[in-house]
Amino acid sequence: MELDPLLLSRLQFAFVVSFHTIFPVFSIGLASYLAVLNGLFYRTANRAWERLAIFWTQVFAVVFGMGVVSGIVMSFQFGTNWSNFSLAASNFLGPMLSYEVITAFFLEAAFLGVLLFGRDKVPQGVHLFASIMVALGTFISAFWILAANSWMHTPAGTELVDGRFRVTDWSAAIFNASFPYRFAHMVLASFLTGGFVVAGVSAWYLLLGREPQANRKAFSMCLWMLLVLAPLQAVVGDFHGLNTLEHQPTKVAAMEGNWETQSRAPLLLFAWPDQQAQENIVELGLPGVASLILTHDIDGVVPGLSEVPPEEQPPVWLVFWSFRVMVAMGLAMIAAALIGLGLRAKGRLYDHRGYLQFMRVMTITPFLAVLAGWFVTETGRAPWLVYGIMTQAEAVTPSLTGGMALFTLIGYILVYAVVFYAGTLYLTRVVRQGMLPEPPHDDEVERPKRPLSAAHVPFEDAANQPGRS
Amino acid sequence: MEIFDLTLIWAGIIGFGIIMYVLMDGFDLGVGILFPFAPDEDSRDVMMNSVAPIWDGNETWLVLGGAGLLAAFPVVYSVFLPALYIGVFLMLAGLIFRGIAFEFRFKSHRHRRWWNRAFCWGSVVAAFAQGAVVGAYIQGFAVEDFVYVGGVLDWLTPFTVLTGIGLVAGYALLGASWLIMKSEGYTQAWAYRLVPRLLIAVLAVFAIISLWTPFVDEAVRERWFGHLHLIWVFPVLALLCALWLWRAVQARREGQPFIATLGVFVFTYLGLVVSKWPVIVPPDYTLWDVASAPESQLFLLLGMLFVIPIVLAYTAWSYWVFRGKVRVGEGYH
Repeated sequence: MELDPLLLSRLQFAFVVSFHTIFPVFSIGLASYLAVLNGLFYRTANRAWERLAIFWTQVFAVVFGMGVVSGIVMSFQFGTNWSNFSLAASNFLGPMLSYEVITAFFLEAAFLGVLLFGRDKVPQGVHLFASIMVALGTFISAFWILAANSWMHTPAGTELVDGRFRVTDWSAAIFNASFPYRFAHMVLASFLTGGFVVAGVSAWYLLLGREPQANRKAFSMCLWMLLVLAPLQAVVGDFHGLNTLEHQPTKVAAMEGNWETQSRAPLLLFAWPDQQAQENIVELGLPGVASLILTHDIDGVVPGLSEVPPEEQPPVWLVFWSFRVMVAMGLAMIAAALIGLGLRAKGRLYDHRGYLQFMRVMTITPFLAVLAGWFVTETGRAPWLVYGIMTQAEAVTPSLTGGMALFTLIGYILVYAVVFYAGTLYLTRVVRQGMLPEPPHDDEVERPKRPLSAAHVPFEDAANQPGRS
Repeated sequence: MEIFDLTLIWAGIIGFGIIMYVLMDGFDLGVGILFPFAPDEDSRDVMMNSVAPIWDGNETWLVLGGAGLLAAFPVVYSVFLPALYIGVFLMLAGLIFRGIAFEFRFKSHRHRRWWNRAFCWGSVVAAFAQGAVVGAYIQGFAVEDFVYVGGVLDWLTPFTVLTGIGLVAGYALLGASWLIMKSEGYTQAWAYRLVPRLLIAVLAVFAIISLWTPFVDEAVRERWFGHLHLIWVFPVLALLCALWLWRAVQARREGQPFIATLGVFVFTYLGLVVSKWPVIVPPDYTLWDVASAPESQLFLLLGMLFVIPIVLAYTAWSYWVFRGKVRVGEGYH
């Protein structure tokens, strides 16, 4: 069998970036949550907020550390596997990625240390300021990365000279057509991720009867936030979709499983797209609803995949099903928030065991939604890498062989498996230990650029393991 | 517009970043390489604690350099990384294992042996890969029209294996002289014994590479045996530093060996730079051939000029806070 370096490079990039994404998306949300907790403690002096802040800071430290480790590989992937793209896009991509590094460094050196280790060492106001700056810093990091990514979807502000992009207008390139929508969608996704994880862990503590006072507060505030943000995300997602329809109609056609341009296009609930035959084998849909959603008119004309030749179409089944997974997760999140509101009205929010169990399971949904959403937008762009200008096949490293790409793909899977295993195992220990009145202290040196040193939970059960509160 | 040569400024920034990385990550990689040979587990605690508070900042230079290369000298980035494909993977895997081992060795008792191994092998692999990169750079790359056209394993030759081993030995030397400064008692005595042996190994590799390089690269031969006699100052200074290191260890000085080793590295590095200058993607491309567009270099330069002083201040502050000896079972004093 012929090993295809292009396919293997795509798989490798998808694997590395998917693995990496789950950490920043979580830490962005958690950083803001910490700022809120520290702010509430500052305003009310209620110790429960501080207890929550101390506990979630430990989780944040581990997640942030994992994100840093898994992110190092990303900055080399562009060169090793996509060298033609790196060279062509370097004039724009290089400064964007470098500014992200600069932001991250500045954030870590100046504020992360104060947030993680300074609670008892600096005035409370300074600590709160550091917490807000860390939250702000995570957004600025996301800003640069999403600017670079969005430019690849809707390139602007650049011109192609001798095979290389030159930036003619920085603000047009950075604030390109899809950037505001992608940024808003991603920020909300981060908040939802943070919200569902905190709610899920709090629900678990409530089931065990641990620290009920603090965990009720956390559970309640998350559900209020989710009640606003989960539906808002659906609205933002709709605008993002309309923006995509304008700039990347083929991607939307793949999301809808719509082969022919038509009016009264149905919203397909289930279908099996057959790319070979250029049609769906089975389909079940609501007539006219896709037209209604996409054009806000039931008779609106929706473009189909057949507008472009088959070789310029993305892998339809993947885009189609990823989109459905994302939407299903989004709807489940809205439902979870609404049920919470109903239970709250009945005064049963904290003791309905079925709902608490349900919220525990819901912890996984934002991660699935984020991954599925990125699958939609990234694979839906295929075969283009820089939309309409450079294909993935043109972008891949010319000297790369299939065997080498396979070797490193397996290698990265093994490396990340170890990292992920150790990290997740450790994270579960931190969560199990929960909120101790006095965090155990080892003689480890605490360093802001090694965020994991903020977590003092030992890896194994020691003989003198402090009891659960 | 052309008041400043941006490319030259960027060459300075990247060149400075590389030597900062080599010196700073070098000694903590060296400590990792020496890990299995340490007298006992207490020594290993001291060794790890001596680098734990500062190694975090050290790898900043690597990431900053990588991203800076893409922005300022994209052809270097898009030729070196494909050409060194497997080497880059091994280096990253090594650095990741090492970083994880740093975190979890402190938190784990039952599996400490495994984290020790991860720390050591991660360090050895990363150091070897970096040494091989230097060798590959001296060898040059098969490039046509700014695109690498060679094979994936072209970089792996006896010459690059030698430079890889050379850097492993060099980092171990840096690590040992670092430990002389930071430790005491039997750990320090062990480090004192190591330095002369490692120095001999490093000088042997250094000599072979110096004799071999003119045969690998004709341009280098031309430069060294042509009219530019001034450049001989660098190898002479490197050797003088080696001599100083030898004497300092004999006299049981504590701080001087590390400074002298830094000197060996700096002058060797400068010798390499003047051998190749201004060729950056050998054999054909100079710095100016591979530079990015001036507006991109300028756009990022503003951020770099802002962050580099902060990086330096943060680094200096860390070293200042954690100065002095590391003792068994204690934190810092």
